[in-house]
Amino acid sequence: MTTIPIPTLPVSKRISRWFGRNIIRIYAVIGFTYLFIPVFYTIAFSFNNAGKSNLIWKGFTFSNWKNPCGAPDVCNALGNSLKIGVLATFVATVLGTLIAFAIGRHAFRGRATTNLLIFLPMATPEVVLGSSLLAMFLTFHINPGFWPTVAAHVMFCISFVVVTVKARIASLDPRLEQAAMDLYANERETFRRVTLPLVMPGIAGAALLAFSLSFDDFIITNFNSGTMNTFPKFVWVSAARGIPAQANVIGSSMFLIALFVVVVGQLVNRKKAR
Amino acid sequence: MADASSSSHGDLKLTRVTKSFGDFTAVDDLTLTIPEGSFFALLGPSGCGKTTTLRMIAGLEEPTVGSIYIGETDITTKKPYQRPVNTVFQNYALFPHLSIYENVAFGLRRRGVKDVKEQVEKVLKLVELPHLAERKPTQLSGGQQQRIALARAIVNRPALLLLDEPLGALDLKLRRQMQIELKWIQTEVGLTFVHVTHDQEEAMTMADTIAVMNEGRIEQMGSPAELYESPETAFVANFLGQSNLIRGEVTSSEAEQSVVEVHGQKVAVLKSRNRAKGKSILVGIRPEKIRISLPGDPCNGNVLTGGIVSDVSFVGVSTQYVVEMPWKQDLMVFEQNDGGTPTLRPGDPVSLSWNPPFTFGLDGSEDVNAGSEVDEPA
Repeated sequence: MTTIPIPTLPVSKRISRWFGRNIIRIYAVIGFTYLFIPVFYTIAFSFNNAGKSNLIWKGFTFSNWKNPCGAPDVCNALGNSLKIGVLATFVATVLGTLIAFAIGRHAFRGRATTNLLIFLPMATPEVVLGSSLLAMFLTFHINPGFWPTVAAHVMFCISFVVVTVKARIASLDPRLEQAAMDLYANERETFRRVTLPLVMPGIAGAALLAFSLSFDDFIITNFNSGTMNTFPKFVWVSAARGIPAQANVIGSSMFLIALFVVVVGQLVNRKKAR
Repeated sequence: MADASSSSHGDLKLTRVTKSFGDFTAVDDLTLTIPEGSFFALLGPSGCGKTTTLRMIAGLEEPTVGSIYIGETDITTKKPYQRPVNTVFQNYALFPHLSIYENVAFGLRRRGVKDVKEQVEKVLKLVELPHLAERKPTQLSGGQQQRIALARAIVNRPALLLLDEPLGALDLKLRRQMQIELKWIQTEVGLTFVHVTHDQEEAMTMADTIAVMNEGRIEQMGSPAELYESPETAFVANFLGQSNLIRGEVTSSEAEQSVVEVHGQKVAVLKSRNRAKGKSILVGIRPEKIRISLPGDPCNGNVLTGGIVSDVSFVGVSTQYVVEMPWKQDLMVFEQNDGGTPTLRPGDPVSLSWNPPFTFGLDGSEDVNAGSEVDEPA
C-alpha cells in the first residue's frame, strides 16, 4: 500500500501567499502611519516640558494642558480666530446656501457665468487674493483689522459652501418634492419639511468646511488683519523664536474635538439606521 | 377640509388636452373620460405621452391647451396640493428622512386631519405592514416600499389615485403578486385608479378599461378583451399580444362578410370586424386562434396553404411555431399541447386554418410592424 504524500508548499511560496493575502492591510497600516505621524507628534509635544522652545523633548508634563493660556497672547489669538471663524462661517453658509439653491434649482440668464465666477476664488492663488484685498481696503480707506478679515474669509468660504451644498441639491430626487406637493404640502411646507431636512447634511458639511478653512487661513489673513493676531499668525510669528507648547495643546484640542464630533456623528447615524 | 373634496368626486374628464415641450408634442389633443370607481390603465411604449398625461392630472405639468375636470370642478390650473389626487410614484419617492409612520401621516398632517394615528394604523394594516411603522424607508425591501407608497397615497382617500409604473422596479414574481394585491385593494377602498404602464400584461391583469397610447394620442380604448380580440389599429394589434397581419385586397362583398384575396388565396372577414376604408386591407389573426395541420388534412374556415415550418419552440403549455408562407412572410402559430396537433419539425410543409369570425380587418394603409418593435417590458 502506497501513501499519497500531501503536497506541501515551499516556504518561499507560503511567505509570498501570506503577503498576497495581507497586502491591503500592510498598505493600510503604512498609509495611516504616514498620515498620522504629524498628528501624534503634535499631541506628544503638547506634553513636553519645553520651556522656551518646543523643538526637543525635555520630559513629560501636564502643565501645558493645565494652563493652555500660559504663553503670552496665545489665547487672545485663538479667541480672534474663533470669532472670525464663527462669523465668517455663519455668513458664508447662509449666503452660499442661497446661491446654491439659485444655481441648482433655477434656470436664469447668466447661470453658467455665475457658476464659473463662483469657482474663480478657489482657483486664484491666496497670495494674489490677499494682496488685492488689502489694496482694495486701503483704496477705500478701510484699515486692516477684524472686520476686513471677516469679510475676506466670507468671500473665500462662499465658493466652497456653494459647491458643497449644490452637490447635495443636485443629488436630491426631484420626485421627493413632487411627492410632498402631491401630499398637500404647499411650496413653503415642502421646503421646510422635505427639501431643507434633506439638504441639511450638505449645509452642515459646508459649514464645517468653511470654519476649518477660516480658522486655518494664514495668507489672506496676514494681509488684511493689520495688528490683530490670529492663531495661525501667532504660530507663524512665534516660529522664529520657538513655538510655545501651548500651541500644541490648542492644536491637539482642535484635533480631539473634531475626532469627537465625527465619532458621535457616526454613532448617531448607526443608531438611526438600526 | 378632509372630505371637502367629496364635492369634487366624480368622473375625470380631459377635454382636448395638448402638452408641448418646445417643438415636441407629448400629448396631442387628448379627450378622455375616466368613470369614477374604475381601474383605468394608460398603456403605451415609453415616450407615448402617458406619463405626461398622468403628470398633468397630478398637477405637476400644466396643459398647453385644454381642460381637466374632476366631476364639476375644473382642476386644470390648480396646484398639486390643491387637487384631490394622490400619486404612487415610480421608485416610490418615500421621504428618506422620515419614518414609515410619518411618511404615511404626511398628507393627513398637511390637511390637518384629527385622527392621524388611527388612520395611519388602519392603512398600514390594509397593506399588511403595521410592524414596520418605526422603520426608515431604506430599511424596507422594494415590495414593502411599494406598499408603503400605496398606503401613503390611499390614506388620503383621494378622488383619484395615480400610479406611475408602480411595479416597474419589482422582480417578476413580486410584480405578479402585487398586481393581484393592487386590484384587491382598489376593490376594497373603491377609489378611482389611473395606472400608467408600458407592460401590457400588467394593464390587462388589473384594469377594467385600457387606453392604448401612441405618439401622444389614444389609439384605442376599451376593456382588455375588446382590445385584444378586436384591435382597431396595427399598433394595438401588435402592442397588445402578438398578431399576424397579412396584406390583401377585398375582391367581393357578401351580406355579412367580405372575401379577401391574400397572395392568391381567399379568406373571409366579417364586415362588422373590418376597419379597412377601401379595398386594400390587412387581414389580422391572433397566433393562438390558428390551427396547424399537414397538407391534405381536412380543415375548415379560412385556410392558407403552402407554409413551411421554420422554427418550433416548446414553452410548456403551448408550442410556438414560426411558419414561412409562400410570399416570404413569417406567421406565428401557438398550439396548445393537448395532443391535438401532430409533432412538427422545421422544414415540414403545413396548412394554417382558423374560424373566420376570429379574423379582424385593418386598413391597408397601416404599417404591418407598427407597435411590434417598441420596447418590450423589462
